Amino acid sequence: MTSWLLALPIVIPFATAVVAYLVRLSPAGRWVSLAGSALALVAAVALLLEVLDQGVVATQMSNWPAPFGITLVADFLGVVMVVITAITGLATAIYALGEIPERLERLGYHALFQTLLAGVTGAFLTGDVFNLYVWFEVMLISSFGLLVLGGSREQLDAGIKYVALNLVSTLVFLFGIGMLYGVTGTLNMADLRAAVAAVENQELVTVIAMLFMVGFGVKAAVFPLFFWLPASYHTPNFAVSAVFAGLLTKVGVYALMRMFTLVFVGDVGFTHEILIWVSALTMLTGVLGAAAQTDFRKILSFHIISQIGYMTLGLALYTPLAIMGGVFYLVHHIIVKANLFLVSGVADRLAGGTDLNRIGGLYKSSPLLAALFVIPAFSLAGFPPLSGFWAKYLIVKASIELEAWTIAFVALLVGALTTFSMTKIWGMAFWKPHPDGYDPTPDRAPGRVRVPMMIPIIGLAAMTIVIGFFPEPFVRFAEIAAMQLLDPAAYVEAVLGARPEAPPAGMQPDLSPAGQPAPADPAGQQPVVRP
Amino acid sequence: MEALTALIIGLLVAAAIYLMLARNFLRFLFGLILLSNAANLVIFAAGRMTAGAPALVPYGQDAPVGVVGNALPQALVLTAIVIGFGLLAFTLALAFEAHRRLRTMETDRMRYAEPVEERK
Repeated sequence: MTSWLLALPIVIPFATAVVAYLVRLSPAGRWVSLAGSALALVAAVALLLEVLDQGVVATQMSNWPAPFGITLVADFLGVVMVVITAITGLATAIYALGEIPERLERLGYHALFQTLLAGVTGAFLTGDVFNLYVWFEVMLISSFGLLVLGGSREQLDAGIKYVALNLVSTLVFLFGIGMLYGVTGTLNMADLRAAVAAVENQELVTVIAMLFMVGFGVKAAVFPLFFWLPASYHTPNFAVSAVFAGLLTKVGVYALMRMFTLVFVGDVGFTHEILIWVSALTMLTGVLGAAAQTDFRKILSFHIISQIGYMTLGLALYTPLAIMGGVFYLVHHIIVKANLFLVSGVADRLAGGTDLNRIGGLYKSSPLLAALFVIPAFSLAGFPPLSGFWAKYLIVKASIELEAWTIAFVALLVGALTTFSMTKIWGMAFWKPHPDGYDPTPDRAPGRVRVPMMIPIIGLAAMTIVIGFFPEPFVRFAEIAAMQLLDPAAYVEAVLGARPEAPPAGMQPDLSPAGQPAPADPAGQQPVVRP
Repeated sequence: MEALTALIIGLLVAAAIYLMLARNFLRFLFGLILLSNAANLVIFAAGRMTAGAPALVPYGQDAPVGVVGNALPQALVLTAIVIGFGLLAFTLALAFEAHRRLRTMETDRMRYAEPVEERK
């Protein structure tokens, strides 16, 4: 039962992708995608209830006992990411009903979209480092497809940069995996915790940790590795950029949070100190980059970068409060950022573009859209009582408690500068009259386009408000998630079962070439395969 | 054996980085292919080298006899090769399409998504 609960959030999008591909030539594809996304959300919520009830749940694929087989595991952080992925997936699937043209559907848009969701969900649920690499690749290849689908010049140009830099990061990650296996002889994350601590040459472990940090850092778009993001996120369809903005970079942040609380904790003073300054520079460069832009989506893209800084800062400060803030930030940010990109899509339809110099008048003609922009925009900037306020409050409080004044100052300053960018969009897109004397009334987009585009925006804005006004259950959830991250005993036990901390000697690789134990050596640990 | 492999990996990475510093995207892609191979070799070497002892189970038995090579990294490398092949094939197709539509392979001249802003 548990194993199905853990597998379904991955299986459903994959199955949906197959069906959606088969019916891609008919309009049924979009409904298949919608139904699959709804089912995935049900499965994710079922898993959430199980985790709330049981604590950490884990299962071994094909019944190969850990650490030999592939483990799927959900703790509080993992499961909340799965739920939020399903929510974002459903929201963008509804949005796609209105936005995605039939031409792209015929090229397999819905199949790629569902595969992307499967890859993201798999990355959140896996308990094996190599398997994490595989999910990253599933996610990458489908995001490549989605990014260049349609094949405009901008998209091809953006695609080249996105693909090139992401492939480099993947290879760095792969180098890290190879070296990690070389020094520990295991790739199961729970098993790695003890195995990494037992390695004699801790300097080598730190080198490997830095490889992982660079690999995940590119995915998460932290300073100075973020250049692919503002080069590409403004080029694909709005539904695509919303799901990218909401989910892809967060997978990198999640992977950093997982590996740097569970595995690489031997030299926190070095690795996490680097992360602190990386986070501060990420926040600053992102927000300053946004200030220089005049395109709706380019501004939002740079703001993804600056917000990523807050999340990695939560990890880097490495106190219970900070990590709790980081987890809360992660969830809040996905909802808010995806929503802002969805709003920019409607603005594009109504006002005929996303270049802020060439659009305007949206407030007068569509006050509902204006109100729905204000909610996520000011939540992003951290205005009370919206969700972003609590997220920033936790992070800033954590840095003040550590007397890290510079960091606290940077975090607050970036919040203020975010307000500048958001008011710039507000002033130029919503308040000022349209420069061409064009009236962007809602009927610029026909109802069958407009209604499915507005529903997810309203839903996500409502979630932002709910988190803002009733933050307590969410904060408590994040608190437990942070506790589990900082003390992963429950995680390790759920994966490996109750067993002594030190792994049996047979599982450590012997350094002499001939001393390698045969794979079936640890007696009784492995199921015997009979012909 | 390990020393030789390490040297080869080092050479591959050096050549890859040299190629990836080029402005031509095709050269960058070739660099990426070399880097991908270097990564695969790292995984393979991480499993320790055992010459002449393939991880095979004799007919009629459940487990290999005696000391055999580590099968896990070989499985990992196989997976990584397949994935790498897929990604690089996609990238090559993308490069081809970009060359056809953008009429250039020079990354400096690919300024469609981020046009050069005129100075005021």
